[in-house]
Amino acid sequence: MEVLSLLADGFATSLTPLNIMIVILGVTAGLFIGAMPGLGSVNGVALVLPLTFIVPPTSAIILLAAIYYGAMYGGAVSSILLGIPGASTAVATTFDGRPMALQGKAGLALIAAAVASFVGGTISVILFTIFAAPLAELALKFGPAEEFALVLLAFTTFVGLGGDDTLKTIVMICLGLVLSTVGLDMISGQPRLIFGDIPGFYSGISFLVLAIGVYGVGEVLYTIETSRISPAVSTARLRMRDLIDGIREMNKMWKTMSFGSVLGFFVGMLPAAGATPASLMSYGLARTFSKKPETFGKGNIEGVAAPETANNAASTGSLLPMLTLGIPGSPTTALLLGGMVMWGLMPGPMLFIEQQDFVWGLISSLYTANLAAVLINIALIPLFVWALRMPFSVLCSMVLVLCILGGFAPSQKLHDVWLIAGFGVAGYLLRKADYPLAPLVLALVLGPLMEKSFRQALISAQGDVTFFISRPLSATFLALAAIFFALPLIKMLRRRIAKRHAPAE
Amino acid sequence: MLAADRLIALALMGLSLYFMWYAKALPIGWVAASGPGGGAFPFWLSAIMLAASSLILLRSFISHPHEGEKFFPDADAIPQIAGVIGLFVATIAVIPFIGTYLALIAFLFIYLKFFGHHGWVLIGILTLATPVVVFFFFEVTLKILLPKGWTEPFFIPLYAMFF
Repeated sequence: MEVLSLLADGFATSLTPLNIMIVILGVTAGLFIGAMPGLGSVNGVALVLPLTFIVPPTSAIILLAAIYYGAMYGGAVSSILLGIPGASTAVATTFDGRPMALQGKAGLALIAAAVASFVGGTISVILFTIFAAPLAELALKFGPAEEFALVLLAFTTFVGLGGDDTLKTIVMICLGLVLSTVGLDMISGQPRLIFGDIPGFYSGISFLVLAIGVYGVGEVLYTIETSRISPAVSTARLRMRDLIDGIREMNKMWKTMSFGSVLGFFVGMLPAAGATPASLMSYGLARTFSKKPETFGKGNIEGVAAPETANNAASTGSLLPMLTLGIPGSPTTALLLGGMVMWGLMPGPMLFIEQQDFVWGLISSLYTANLAAVLINIALIPLFVWALRMPFSVLCSMVLVLCILGGFAPSQKLHDVWLIAGFGVAGYLLRKADYPLAPLVLALVLGPLMEKSFRQALISAQGDVTFFISRPLSATFLALAAIFFALPLIKMLRRRIAKRHAPAE
Repeated sequence: MLAADRLIALALMGLSLYFMWYAKALPIGWVAASGPGGGAFPFWLSAIMLAASSLILLRSFISHPHEGEKFFPDADAIPQIAGVIGLFVATIAVIPFIGTYLALIAFLFIYLKFFGHHGWVLIGILTLATPVVVFFFFEVTLKILLPKGWTEPFFIPLYAMFF
């Protein structure tokens, strides 16, 4: 029961007036960011991160986590009211949410999404609380060899499970890792890849610059292209009766919701998977196990509840490896990790020993953020309907202004703003050519850790490569990594064999 | 789409070669008893990148992926996107001369007027309110001084008032 007392201490941090205010502010901002088509949690965190210098580090991270949470709730709003997912994580919510809205049941769908998100969020935060400390304790045994093997494992999950083009994924991982080596070599201290002695490159390329470029500028360009026709906003009226009806309906779906939560939490932990596949899987399973599968896709409330529980649970799940192992489970948590490093809070097992107040303050704030999100979400539904009518060009211009200012503020160098413009255009083109961007951002964040642990391990083993496979934990991680890496190859071979046999039938 | 796929693969190949050439400045080989040298990590990762992007290029000649798809499905969007990129780049380029505030005002005005086709009231509110909010948030609260260029003298009375 040590966990409970730690959690109680955590609440002492998260329930201070400043942090309660921060949570409410973050959740509200997150809800709006999530509700805007084109902007999701990752864009919100990338754009707001440079502005968080205004509060102390603990509150800054609580703010970013609250935005992350709020955006997960908000994603459903535009899925239902516009039929366009507010974030990729809310794609599955459009399947039944949009038909419900067209049938005049937008209010009920929004309540279902909010309640389901709350259930998913709460169950997953409880799972998080249970697993965090033991996992951190296990991670304490990690040396550089294990760290390297684990980072490699994280990258190979993109190759094996990412679902994107394998070659393009490999290119993006390598590009991110190479960009992370720009600056001074951490062991010899010599400059490398400074591109003709440009002074701006001596301090390396910040993860924020890449993230603001790709998720700010790149996203705006993508949105301009894809949403040139303004979609029709469904109106949602919300009466007290809808609220009672909604909660009564939701009460019948405990099985779907608890299943979606547990599934979402574990899928969310994998760096390559995360909230989008988790919500799609949860939707698929809910339909498979439903007594009336034919009603799915035509406005079944269960089809809203299933993906919404899973995507919120997945967002909590992806926080777990980030906080305990220092390996983010999603691009958004990669940015959170980068932000924590900026404030001198190095994620990983030592955080649970050295910064106990911070860790448990953050965990307990997830409980308050969830509660705040569901209440604010339901209360602000009329405001969302109004905000979604905002012209895209206003939103886009504001995002671009934030890109310039947010790029300049942390380093106070115009060099970084130029890089943002470059990464923005490049990211936009790469995205159009089906290159996945999440591995690129993750690689830039994890690159320094990967290189440091690799070289440290080899120096301590005096250059002996077998060191990595002589330690049981690192050998296990490497074996898993090899399996993930080989998965696309196995799939391809099986397809070939199936093709060869097919004409004979 | 096929042409774009090949062009991007070629560009990535070029980029990897450029990285490899730069990384060679530090030892890329194995240093006895201490593992890889300082340039090894970027060099060999760029080499993998080169191999993977070459395979993407090669594949495009064998299996013709994305055939029939267009890189820009909506050709009307191209001038608009190019315009936004141009405006964004121009805004950054003029910041060292006319300062952040004038650059932002010009950016918002041009964007909202010519890309958004909004009315004067909305344009007026956004172009005037944004710099004020930016000044109080960044300069007064966060103490981050934004570049002012030639407009620096106009800010001296404001500095005297708030710092």
